[in-house]
Order: sequence, then structure tokens, then C-alpha cells
Amino acid sequence: MTLLSPTPRSTVGASPAALAARATPRSRRVGVPYTFLAPALILFTLFLAAPIGYAAYLSLRRVRVTGLGLGAKSRVEQWAGLSNYARSLSDPEFLPSVWRVAAYGMIVVPTMLGVALLMALLLDAGRSRVGGFARISIFLPYAVPAVVASLLWGFLYLPRVSPITDLLAAMSIPAPEMLSSSWVLWAVANIAVWGGTGFNMIVLYTALRAIPTEIKEAARIDGASDIAVAWRIKIPILLPSLVMTFVFSLIATLQVFAEPMTLRPLSNTISTTWTPLMKVYRDAFTRNDIYSAAATSVVLAVATFVLSYGFLKLVGRRAFNQED
Amino acid sequence: MSLVTATVPAPVEATRRPRRQRHSAAATVLLLLGAAYCLLPVLWVLVASSKSAAELFSTFTFAPSTHLWDNVVQLSGYRDGLFWRWMGNTALYAGVGAFASTLISAMAGFALAKYTFPGKNLIFNLILAGVLVPGVILAIPQYLLLAKVEMTNTYWAVLLPSMISPYGIYLCRIFAAAAVPGEILESARVDGAGDWRTFGQVALPMMRTGLVTVFLFQFVAIWNNFMLPYIMLGDDRLYPITVGLNGLLNQGASQPAMYTSVVTGALLSIVPLVLLFLSLQRYWQVDLAAGAVKA
Repeated sequence: MTLLSPTPRSTVGASPAALAARATPRSRRVGVPYTFLAPALILFTLFLAAPIGYAAYLSLRRVRVTGLGLGAKSRVEQWAGLSNYARSLSDPEFLPSVWRVAAYGMIVVPTMLGVALLMALLLDAGRSRVGGFARISIFLPYAVPAVVASLLWGFLYLPRVSPITDLLAAMSIPAPEMLSSSWVLWAVANIAVWGGTGFNMIVLYTALRAIPTEIKEAARIDGASDIAVAWRIKIPILLPSLVMTFVFSLIATLQVFAEPMTLRPLSNTISTTWTPLMKVYRDAFTRNDIYSAAATSVVLAVATFVLSYGFLKLVGRRAFNQED
Repeated sequence: MSLVTATVPAPVEATRRPRRQRHSAAATVLLLLGAAYCLLPVLWVLVASSKSAAELFSTFTFAPSTHLWDNVVQLSGYRDGLFWRWMGNTALYAGVGAFASTLISAMAGFALAKYTFPGKNLIFNLILAGVLVPGVILAIPQYLLLAKVEMTNTYWAVLLPSMISPYGIYLCRIFAAAAVPGEILESARVDGAGDWRTFGQVALPMMRTGLVTVFLFQFVAIWNNFMLPYIMLGDDRLYPITVGLNGLLNQGASQPAMYTSVVTGALLSIVPLVLLFLSLQRYWQVDLAAGAVKA
């Protein structure tokens, strides 16, 4: 299905002059798809490809201060080899931030997708009158920016505000201090689960709705229970959607930034290097060490790409459908 | 085989109705628990923004008070209505950014779906790779590059990076392939319509439902974005609401009276998006795994 079909047969016998007259519009037509693509390609180059390239370049540079370090000429940029990478990876705060995000991801991704899947299956089974209300309510947090979500939960975590503290106190159970060092990871994870479940639920629910009703009906007539239908029929059909929601959740998890940055004023347990991205921010803007920040950025971008692409390969699925 | 299936719920409901539907108490309880968990913070902010500064930390969490209007007035008075400027900025970033992004994605997706040309596969694979590179990790390198051309701390610094969405292009390619039949483009061409007219007057209207979804995706992504504007902007009159509220909260640490403004601001900031969601619900039918289900 192409617009660039061969020239119509009628022109075969045309005079050379007529062919020449056709040449201009035809050669212009060859450029058409590129014109359609031009804005996207220019922006892609400027804001995706170039920053990656520039970060890679900076990550291999350093500033050398000569003489007394006075005057504009005394600071010279030069090649640094891999020393920025060595410095960035051996920073005592880098690995803990990586492990923290790994632990955070292991809490967030399975919980969020598990709850989203359960809710989508419950909605699709149509066994309840509250389906419509629940669907809108659970999807609602997607409309709340991560900063605002962290702000709302941040207040709810404060013992003076938290209704849960009151509830537990009434049962004389000591309430956990959500913003203390032993709970803060769970506090941030809860915000991410709250914000992300609804979107994933809608994705899975849409995929469930696309399963032909006859298949579900046939299984039910054969006497299969709802749980058996969900487990044997719906979940296998959902697998590709689950894979994609997993990959997108993984990418979102690795770049956690807004939630801890917003909770920081409410808690003294979140350091400036709590997540790898926060460390990049601190290095670039608090320490003015853009070279080390660039090296860490490159490591993070590569790690994200390898993880998400590797996962897609692992489950034996080509990254996205290329045919239509 | 579409990424975003435009399901029509009505007939499905109609065919379901005659069958005896057993209701399950367990399903109802679980769904209500999920809904309660998701509504809890929203209910709290509704109640809390009606409390005075003294009541915020003293009265029962869900006991409403009568100071909502006072709080809105106080927030609006903060530095000559800076809050409303943040709201306006956010609407500008999200509205203009999402509109431009949708148009750019539609053009690119249309070209990738309906034309054959050298380099097509390379371009498409590059765009797919772009989907897997998280935008936020690019924010600092983007800042460093824009700093070189002295474009940081301007509206453009936030708008331009928001206009490219590899995922939007990917979605649009699927829509164009599924919704625009080649025969119609062919006949438009035979009728003498140029490529641009065919795109604008034939293809775009056919892709409309999908384009609304792409627009909403991008609109929410920009509205909710924090890191890009946080890094790019220094002048607080250019801030979107997310960066503004983050700043207000930081001030609250030293002047606790600011907390009521923060809470009221949080409430006001989510009202527009919640309304948008409720009114455009039917466009939120997203099937991420294209071709997974033969619809």
C-alpha cells in the first residue's frame, strides 16, 4: 500500500517533453514522506539524539585547572578517558542509591501490576454493580501529578494528620512512622502504586474487553468457574499486554525523582542522593560537576535500555509490532 | 490490530443484559476497597483545604471546616496571584505541547505507515529505540545543550522537548495503518489532491479518535512532568504548577502557615485534569500490546 506506485501506464508512450514536464512533480513527490517526517526527525535529533551524544562526550571530558586557577584561560577542558565513569561508579553513594531503587522497583512493579490485573479481571467479570464507580475511582490518581500525589500522601503520613495512626492508636497498636528511615522506601513505593495502578488497570481492561465474548461464554457454559476462566483463558491472552505494562513500569521506576524530591521537606530521611537520578541532579547543579553527572546519566540511560530491551528479548517478543 | 481499540461499550452491555448475571459479594468488596484506597487522598485534600492553618494539624483528619474560600483568597494573594500564573503556564505547556506533539506525530506516523521510501526502517527503529529511553534521564543533557544556546529559563526550554514523543509517533503509525485505507488515498490522488491536502482533509479526520488519545497521553505527561521544568527554569514566573507547589512546600518547612496554601493549591491543581478525565473517559481505551488480540 504505497503512494509511490509506478507511474501510470498511459505515460509510457508520452513524448519526451511530456515526461520532462512530469519530472518535477514526481521528484518532489519522492521528498514528500521526508517532509512529513521532518519536524519529528529534527526534534528527535535535537532533543533525543544530541543530548545523548553530548552527555557521552561530556562524560569523557574534565576540567583541568592550571596555574593559580585564576582568569578564564586557567580552566581548560581536556580528555579524561573513563575517569568520570570510575569516579561516578565508585562514589560511595551511587551503589546504595541503585540498590534502593532496585528494592523500590521490586515492591512497586509486582504490587502495582498485580492489583491492576486483579481489578481489571474483576471489572471484566461483570459480577458487581459498582464496576463503573470503581473503574473511575481507581483511574482517577492518573490525573494527579506525582508531585501533588507525594504532597497529599506526605501529609497523610504525618502522625498528626494520619487517620491510620488514630485508628491504630484506638486499637493500641503503635503506628509505623512512615517517614522514618525504616519505612520511607515503603512510603515512596505506596505513592507510586497509588498513582500507577489505575492506568495499568485501564490498559489491561481494554485488552480484556477485546477478547471475543464467545470464548468467555463457551468456557462458562462448559462449567468453568470465573477463576478458571481468568487463569486459563484471560491471563494467557493478556500476556503481551502484561509484558508491555511491565516494561513501561520498569522504565518509570528507574527514573523515580519527583516523589522523593517532594517528600524531602517533610522528612529528613531522604538524602540528596536517595535515587540515582537525584545523585545526577546533585552532581550537576549543587556540585557543578557536569562531567560526573553526564557519566552517571549515560550509565542510567544504557542500563534502562538494556533492562527493558533485554526483558523484551527474554520473553521472546520483538520490541513492538513492526507489521501492521 | 490496533493499539488503541475504539471499543463501543453499549452493544456489549446490551447483549449481556438478558443473561442472568450472578452478583458476587467478594468482587464488590474488592472493587470498593480499591476505589476507597484511590479516593482516600483525594477526599482528604477536599476536606483539608477547608481547614484553617490551626485546624490542619489539630482537628480529626476527615472533619471538614469552613475556611475553603479564605484559603483560596490567601493562596490567590500570594505574590500577586503567582499561583494562577503557574496554572496558566501549565495549561500553556500542556495544551500547546500536546497539540504540537500530536500533529508532529500524526505527520510522522502517516508517512511511516503509508509511504515506501529509503531509510524508512532505520527511522522507525530509531523511534522505537527512543520509546525505551526514558525522557527524564535526558533532562540534564538537554539542559546542558540548551544552556549552550542560552535557551534555558524560557518557555521554549519546556515546550520544545515536550513536542517530540516517540511513543506518540508509534501510536500514530498504527492508527494510520489501521484507519486510513490505501484505496481512499489512491482515489484522492487520482482526483488531483496533493499529498498535503490528502493528509489534512482525508487522513487526519479518519485518524481522529486515535489522535485524541495521543493528545490526552501527551497532555497528561506534560501536565504531570516535574523534572524537566524543575531543571530548565529558574524564574518562578515561568514555573508550571508542579514545580511551583514543590517550591511552596519547601517554604512550608520554615513557615508552617504556608501549608494551608500548599494543600489548597494541590486541590485546585487537580480539578482541571479530573474534569478532563471524566468528560473524555471513552478515549481512555488503551491496548499497549498492538496486535496481541485479533479484534
